[in-house]
Amino acid sequence: MLSLLQVQNLHKTFNSNTVNENTVFNNFNLTVNTGDFITIIGSNGAGKSTLLNIISGMIKPDEGSIVLKDKDLSKLPEYKCTKYIGRVFQDPSMGTSPSMTILENMSMAYNKGKKFDLTFGINKKNISYFKELLSSIGLGLEDKLSTKVKLLSGGQKQSLALLIAVMSKPQLLLLDEHTAALDPKTSEKVNALTEAIVNKEKITTLMVTHNLTHAIKMGNRLIMMHHGNLIFDISGEEKKKLTIEKLLQKFEEIKEDDLLSDRALFS
Amino acid sequence: MLSFIISTLLQGFIFAVVALGVYITYRILDFPDMSVDGTFPLGASVAALCLSKGINPWTACGFAFLAGSLGGLATALLHVKLKISNLLSGILVMIGLYSINLRIMGKSNIPLFNYKTIFNSDINPVIIVAVFALLTKIVLDLFLKTKLGFILNAVGDNEQLVTSLGINKDFVKTVGLMLSNAIAALAGAIMAQNQGFADIGMGTGTVVIGLAAVILGESVFRKSNIVKNTTMVLIGAVLYKLAIAVALRAGLNPNDLKLVTALIVIAVLATNNFEIKGLKNSHKAAKGGVIIASSTKSS
Repeated sequence: MLSLLQVQNLHKTFNSNTVNENTVFNNFNLTVNTGDFITIIGSNGAGKSTLLNIISGMIKPDEGSIVLKDKDLSKLPEYKCTKYIGRVFQDPSMGTSPSMTILENMSMAYNKGKKFDLTFGINKKNISYFKELLSSIGLGLEDKLSTKVKLLSGGQKQSLALLIAVMSKPQLLLLDEHTAALDPKTSEKVNALTEAIVNKEKITTLMVTHNLTHAIKMGNRLIMMHHGNLIFDISGEEKKKLTIEKLLQKFEEIKEDDLLSDRALFS
Repeated sequence: MLSFIISTLLQGFIFAVVALGVYITYRILDFPDMSVDGTFPLGASVAALCLSKGINPWTACGFAFLAGSLGGLATALLHVKLKISNLLSGILVMIGLYSINLRIMGKSNIPLFNYKTIFNSDINPVIIVAVFALLTKIVLDLFLKTKLGFILNAVGDNEQLVTSLGINKDFVKTVGLMLSNAIAALAGAIMAQNQGFADIGMGTGTVVIGLAAVILGESVFRKSNIVKNTTMVLIGAVLYKLAIAVALRAGLNPNDLKLVTALIVIAVLATNNFEIKGLKNSHKAAKGGVIIASSTKSS
């Protein structure tokens, strides 16, 4: 299988040389194959979000390379990395421009990768395509093209943010707990939408989640992170046999390890 | 009485141009740009210099516009390259421009009565400034409908979205600041030609007056969704100048003018803030997640 993304020899320490020094990654490696839909789980502080932030260029690694196809993203400014990457954040307001209408937001997203020049921002020819996309998510947004996004609910905003993120067919989609801020029912809907879009467009995806059911049910590969390390990596048929009990057992094992090292520290 | 209205309209339309510039930074970019206090007299200085050299007054306005854009560029570079806070970047440029303006003019005041200005024609000055204000508004409206205009709007709204779209937000901010300060300098050039002199002190309070026009216009047309924001700003500037003229006529001491302006801005901002709180609540109740989350308790 072709590899799309290679994270190699990643090192990242925050607040180095201070009391609050925090090493998140110390030689972390990950290879993502084209077409992978990976769910990422792990306890708080495991480095899940930092990993996504480093891949998308928001945070620069101290050392190591992030190679997407043939390009090393580790030295590029964030706005150059994001050219190839779509991303949906936990906060529904991060993915859209609130004071602009749905149509204006979609028009901007549709133009991603092209020039933002002095031609008109809205092309009437695209409206029927936008309506089609919106009706496919079944929230009735296709009749609200001229509604300002700030008037939408969290679930509607996040669904729109997802559409916007994948509109320009990115090589990689990063989902950072993108349903965590939504109520359970809406969260299910947005997850179903996510699966539908990723499967239809065949976008390679990394999804961070705290919901073990989603982590097991969605995607073809699951990885578990702990203290900046990959401690569990399972895919294909094996992943299909995975149960919540097994995952919880893994979490327990980590806890025991932590307790042991704490005991060693304090003894 | 007629001359009173005419002079008010003259002042109002000139400041409408400034207010449109301030609107770009303050409202669209969400960037409190103080450099306008320096670029407004910069435009006046450049125009005065050009006129005294015998340059065509319309060309002089063009030079003023360019000079203003450079002022905006300076503010932008301080902010995006040297990472100085937006407020301080503007203040530093404003202070620096004071000396530059003195250098350009060579003295603190240049009378322009003896030179040919854009007002030396058969056309009524009010019409000339009205055309300037309307043209600025229309061009700005058109600009905001373009792809670049959309992105300018989005930077003020959500910087992360702009970055996610693969666009350098610093570049967009720079464009906005250059445009805003260019417009302010153009207004300064018109002002100098209209009043017949360029003065080093004519920029003091420009930002606040522009701001007063923006928020006055917005609060007058609060209930209307049809009136464009730029129209509100234009009318707000005229209303502001009208209010000031009436107050002066009623016996307000001109020395108190700036204090009164500050008080007006404070009063309008304070009332706006309280009203906006009320507005937010009504929105929450209205739209919400009716469609997706109809059966959940949280909505």
